[in-house]
Amino acid sequence: MNNIVIPSCINTIFSSFLRLTCVLAMTCLAVGTRAQDALDIAVIGSGERLFPIIVPVFQDEGNLPHSISEVVRADLERSGLFKLIDIGPMTLPESKVPDLAAMAARGADAALSATVVASSSGRHEIRFRLFDTTRTDSKPELGGMILRMSPEQYRITGHRIADFIYEKLTGIPGYFATRIAYVVKNSQRYELHIADSDGMNTQPALRSHESIISPSWSPDGQQLAYVSFETQKPVIYVHTLATGQRRILANFKGSNSAPAWAPDGKRLAVVLTKDGLSQIYLINADGSGARRLMTSSGIDTEPAWSPDGRFIYFTSDRSGSPQIYRLDVAGGGVERITFDGSYNVTPRPSADGKKLALMTQTGGGYRIAVLDLSSRQIVILTNSSRDESPSFAPNSNMILYATVNGNKGTLAAVSADGLIKQQLSIQAADVREPAWGPFQK
Amino acid sequence: MKNLLFPSLLALALAACQTDTQGTSAKIDDESMQQPQQTRVTAVDATKRGDASDLPDWARDSSRNSVFFDYDSYVIRSDARPVIEAHANLLARQPDRKVTIQGNADERGSREYNLALGQKRAEAVRRAMKLQGANDMQIEAVSLGKEHPRCAASTESCYAQNRRGDFVYFR
Repeated sequence: MNNIVIPSCINTIFSSFLRLTCVLAMTCLAVGTRAQDALDIAVIGSGERLFPIIVPVFQDEGNLPHSISEVVRADLERSGLFKLIDIGPMTLPESKVPDLAAMAARGADAALSATVVASSSGRHEIRFRLFDTTRTDSKPELGGMILRMSPEQYRITGHRIADFIYEKLTGIPGYFATRIAYVVKNSQRYELHIADSDGMNTQPALRSHESIISPSWSPDGQQLAYVSFETQKPVIYVHTLATGQRRILANFKGSNSAPAWAPDGKRLAVVLTKDGLSQIYLINADGSGARRLMTSSGIDTEPAWSPDGRFIYFTSDRSGSPQIYRLDVAGGGVERITFDGSYNVTPRPSADGKKLALMTQTGGGYRIAVLDLSSRQIVILTNSSRDESPSFAPNSNMILYATVNGNKGTLAAVSADGLIKQQLSIQAADVREPAWGPFQK
Repeated sequence: MKNLLFPSLLALALAACQTDTQGTSAKIDDESMQQPQQTRVTAVDATKRGDASDLPDWARDSSRNSVFFDYDSYVIRSDARPVIEAHANLLARQPDRKVTIQGNADERGSREYNLALGQKRAEAVRRAMKLQGANDMQIEAVSLGKEHPRCAASTESCYAQNRRGDFVYFR
């Protein structure tokens, strides 16, 4: 019986437990120290009962210029699901099974053992194993791995280890080793930034005197499509992040906006106005072969593909108020998805295809909501008045969005069940247009 | 009660995950994860396009190169008609001149939907200019959505200034 792994069953057990016992705890947890200009992330709500785990200092970690275990601990803490139990400078070497009873006595239900081994040419091996301290039989080990890295790869290595722990203990893939894109406005200067999911390792991809909006990640995470106003009109570019090379994807007469990569990475849905009002077109990734997908009497915009490529969700005011619809790409049929309220826009499907994040207008302003695609129920997740631009983490569990704090744009994230909330902030800047990147292979 | 329930649920969950690794050597679950990627991003500088202007004085006057719209409306107001007519006449007199009509929206709502609303305003101006006899080849209607607010406060009087179409000339 133990030989059958059923991730969905683990998922169900863990998340139904959370639903049973969690309430929104408004505790403030500032996490870690941050380099200047990095996004600061504070968990402002989390599950009431956090999973207790020990992530010790790795054996011989002192030989590295930067700590990996700190990255792992910060990731897990920020997720709002774990409680890190501090055992001080004590290490748990990977070469032997830790004293699990002693770890359990400290309150931990799981513990990591990890060792840094220097290998040839300045690279290091990180060897680690995860243990269930509550098991008294002979099989307490939940898994392990060896990662090889150069010293400057300590952050991505830490994120990979945190992803491993997160997945083993929740049954859901972790999202730490992913990247986010967002736009920073500093007076009249706009910068498109790429950062790790924890807001660290920030790198500018584009600087402009004009606005940049609607970044969209290619499915392989190597390219971003976005809309730049640098020529005083909206033009869509495709930008290869590693090289900085970019090309114009669409610069037709009128406005060019709202790029959305198809899951196959070969085509994008875009919004063009070359034939009058804003309408959705398909265009090849090299900018060729633009063809109109639908003809509607109103505005059609904000396309987003279902992960299976079958549907394009979009916003349209064809019925009067802006509502969310979906197009069956092969069949051409259009179905209305939202009916409640007079303003439902920016549909963004989760990677598992089950949910749709969206922006809705309520009496209190604009908020982020999630729609369950099977029940068609909408749940409002946020509670400020100017929340916009939702995007799902690739594990379908967290939603990143833009909000306003004081008079400044800032980023926040909320779990799809609304229980966990994080505030991301950058000092002295206006941040907007976040987009969560895909899993990186 | 809840706290008593948790360890048993957890044990079940962990039991279900338990089979990945056995024995004493750490297993490498995924070959591709052996060498975490170092990601590199190269920055690009984008600069403004210069706009040429040898326009008549009136067309440089800020009160004559914008038209305003009512809330949630894309209908040309009567106070906008003389402005549109003047620009249409200018294009008729100078067939090699081109104008871009930049539509704008107030800050409320999503950026892309506002871009579409700004486009609707720019389109309304373009059609009105055509009716005044301007050649469509000389006109481009584009939208800046809510990206170029003339007024930054979240008040109705500010919103009214941001619901507008601007005439911008390029050579």
